[in-house]
Amino acid sequence: MSSPKGSEKKPASEVRSTATQNLKKKFKPPKDEHLLRKTKNKKPNNTFTKKAEGRVVKRQLPKFKSSHGKTPNSGAVQKFSRPPKTGQKGKEGAQDDQTEEDPFPGDAPIPHARLQKHKRGKAEDLDKNGVTFLSNRIHLKKKEKLVKYAVNLAARSEILLPEETGFLEPAKGDCTSEITQVQIKSSVDITSATKQFDLSMQFGPYAINYLRNGRKMLIGGRMGHVAAFDWVTKQLTCEMNVMESVHDVAWLHNETLFAVAQKEWTYIYDNQGIEVHCIKKLNNVLRMEFLPYHFLLATTNDSGTLSWLDVSMGKMVKRTHTHLGRLDVLCHNPRNAVLCCGHSKGTVSMWTPNFVSPVVKMLCHTQPVRSVAVDQSGVYMATSSIDCSLKIWDLRTYNCLQSYKLGCGASNITFSQRGLLAVSMGNIVEVYKDICTETIHKPYLKHFVGSSVSGLKFCPYEDVLGVGHARGMCSMLVPGAGEPNFDALESNPFQTKSQRRETEVKSLLEKIQPELITLDPFELGEVNRQSVIEKFEEKTRYMV
Amino acid sequence: MDIFSDDSKMKVKVLVRNPDDYLRETKRDIHKLPRNYDPALHPLEAPREYTRALNAVKLERVFALPFIGCLDGHRDGLSCLGKTPDHLSWLYSGACDGELKLWDVAKRRVLCTVQAHDGFVRAIAYSQESSFLYTVGDDKLIKQWKSEAEDGSDLKAPVNTILTGGMLTGISPHRSKPILATCGEACNLWEHTRAQPIKTFQWGVDSLQSIKFNQVEENILAACGSDRSIILYDMRESVPLRKVVLKMRSNSICWNPMEAFIFTVANEDYNLYTFDMRNLNSPLNVHSDHVSAVIDVDYSPTGKEFVSASYDKTVRIYDARQAHSRDIYHTKRMQRLTCAAWSLDDRFIFSGSDEMNIRIWKARAAEKLGVVKPREKTALRVNAKLIEKFEHHPHIKKIQRHRHVPKHVYNARNELRSGRIAARRKEFNVRTHTKRQKPIISEKVKAIVSEQQ
Repeated sequence: MSSPKGSEKKPASEVRSTATQNLKKKFKPPKDEHLLRKTKNKKPNNTFTKKAEGRVVKRQLPKFKSSHGKTPNSGAVQKFSRPPKTGQKGKEGAQDDQTEEDPFPGDAPIPHARLQKHKRGKAEDLDKNGVTFLSNRIHLKKKEKLVKYAVNLAARSEILLPEETGFLEPAKGDCTSEITQVQIKSSVDITSATKQFDLSMQFGPYAINYLRNGRKMLIGGRMGHVAAFDWVTKQLTCEMNVMESVHDVAWLHNETLFAVAQKEWTYIYDNQGIEVHCIKKLNNVLRMEFLPYHFLLATTNDSGTLSWLDVSMGKMVKRTHTHLGRLDVLCHNPRNAVLCCGHSKGTVSMWTPNFVSPVVKMLCHTQPVRSVAVDQSGVYMATSSIDCSLKIWDLRTYNCLQSYKLGCGASNITFSQRGLLAVSMGNIVEVYKDICTETIHKPYLKHFVGSSVSGLKFCPYEDVLGVGHARGMCSMLVPGAGEPNFDALESNPFQTKSQRRETEVKSLLEKIQPELITLDPFELGEVNRQSVIEKFEEKTRYMV
Repeated sequence: MDIFSDDSKMKVKVLVRNPDDYLRETKRDIHKLPRNYDPALHPLEAPREYTRALNAVKLERVFALPFIGCLDGHRDGLSCLGKTPDHLSWLYSGACDGELKLWDVAKRRVLCTVQAHDGFVRAIAYSQESSFLYTVGDDKLIKQWKSEAEDGSDLKAPVNTILTGGMLTGISPHRSKPILATCGEACNLWEHTRAQPIKTFQWGVDSLQSIKFNQVEENILAACGSDRSIILYDMRESVPLRKVVLKMRSNSICWNPMEAFIFTVANEDYNLYTFDMRNLNSPLNVHSDHVSAVIDVDYSPTGKEFVSASYDKTVRIYDARQAHSRDIYHTKRMQRLTCAAWSLDDRFIFSGSDEMNIRIWKARAAEKLGVVKPREKTALRVNAKLIEKFEHHPHIKKIQRHRHVPKHVYNARNELRSGRIAARRKEFNVRTHTKRQKPIISEKVKAIVSEQQ
């Protein structure tokens, strides 16, 4: 954590010449108490500069006074400090004539926001009055300490993250919404410029889907054109025309399998385009979502049926008839894997495979809901309806946070990994920044796409927005959209074949059972009070 | 004009990653795995950890193969086992025909056999202070042996023999002084150079079964008597210290090697009792789970666990503070057990039984014995921690506790359990429906009859 003190300084005796021996006599060596006051984080605020005569003279740097670290507990971890080393300081300390005090004692403080990000629930200063045994109380205290240490360590490790987010700063006096894609493309490097491209195809409005690590892309045109390709190198994995209408496409757990919702049934294809499965139970599918941690393919139906299919076993986990009409608005909440459907009565309902009825039903708009999107952290939900309104909801309290009026009804909305919201209205795509936390008045970016937009998806871990429209697809550059630092154990854009196979096996082993899908994902860590009370009563029934 | 603050131009940066930073340089390197611990990138943590814990506990059961091997060679049933701290892989065993064998457990072969006594070899003890091995037998002799040669060849003849007048059933050496304690008709203290005991403790007329010196508080002894009592002696005094009488007789006693004042007795009433020697009117813990009399008990060198051998043909391992066993070892071929020992490197358990075999078991059934590489070790530790984290969840608890037990144990356990519940319910009913109440005795104290000074 802190640099070793004794090892980086050479012993002063090597640098000294005879002239300085005389100098040394003039300086009074301080008493040993000064040495003991030095902490382990003493930063050298004296430097030695060699003058032309060969004498070594000390130069004092001005002391920088800041308000950092002055408050006693600014989040810094104070307890893991080594005792001050007195032995090594003896030689160098003799040179100094003033007391050396570290202006920033202890470890570097961690910003509060960062610490909060890594905290998961309350684990400090828990109320221990109910704990009867002292040993259990001590055990709890030790646990609290460990949790605090883990949070600190995780927050500190952020310094190791290699990349930084993209940004877009307009010229003075301008605003970002006037900047065009052409301007951005000409200002960035070649690799990023190739990420902005247009594909002109004639097989109908296109639906698009990016692979979970942002590497490959799947497009499906209404007239049957299905293609999977690496969108950076434009290398085709497979391309075919299924000779039927295609409503939606979705990648399964990795690039070897994808699902296509065709006119009657759902088909699963290999990465070579070979049809692997034809699932007749998923008929007349309109929208598809893949839940990666549960290996579930969730689909909505023309007749209002929601189905969850376990693709690792090929088992239909649940089929619920929602009785809410045609379901063509679907979104999944990545935080807890529930599905959000929008309906023509203006309501949004949330479904899990464990209940027949929706777990949550919210009245969002007075007119039919056109599109629903949930952000990555699962806190905010954006809904749009045909009466040109866009509302932002807080999913913990189910309150409406923001309400906006757009130029026209938004047909597709989607959140990026960093909280940018992309909205498509007719043949325009607008991207909004910080829409959930503040009330904004202007979009972050605007782009005029030639034809009406049918599919809108942000590419994970990249600053790219994919737009599928009636005459092909277009890839836009949106600086600051993607998460710059990926976690290789979750999804690795630079995955090799052997890593892909390993990840597949490991993720299959860790596949979560669908019974564990609940609104609150941390419910499993809570104590089931009812059963504990029941057990206790049974045990003490005949106790005298 | 400072180019870094030129406001007339827009500034844009788009995320771009250099593949050289993320791909390994050569095929012989390991893959690069950049990490980001942001919780937003790791959704559904609780269900994922739960699934991992479930897998971990299932794997633990899959790999729970505790039986290692069998030491075969005695011609009569085993009666006692002895350990030595100088050679961790050596085991001394005494049989009912007086044979003493020295085994090299790692190679599973006998190093030396010697006819030690004319009758049973009742006890074997190794004295750390003087590096001698002592055995007592039914022929009323205490034999002193020297055993330092690497091939065990100097076990051929005893160095010294002491003829005692009375019966001998147990022996225990002092930790730091050259003194031995034997029990039989009374507790005697011997010095190996003298032919007469230097001290004799007598309390009552009954004989003592087993005696042990406290390894931490070196002057304290404890012995189990056949009048259902446990007697504490201090070597420096002339009379025994105190005595606690239980409801049934104790077969064996063992001091906790780490705690100065804790000892555990193996009792005939199918339980083991852990006492604090400072407070003998109530046991610290009652360890139940056996379905027949417990014959022998031995502590692990860490002092956190102990092993018990019982007449019901099973070996059980207990955590020193828990009331129920953490594991049970049994085999169809293993008949009545007579002795159990926990090896001094805390990894193995030895059990000697009536059918002339010593069986070697792992102390932790799912442990990997060979060389464990660092990544494997980390993975095993993570799994153990996950199980500990989720051990209260019903499915995980059920899998973790699941053991196959022999049918006679299973039936006996159910029978005993229903008997206990019925007795408890009866007492509850009697109490709620009678006016004059007898004092409430806690379950622990019920086993104790009296304490005497």
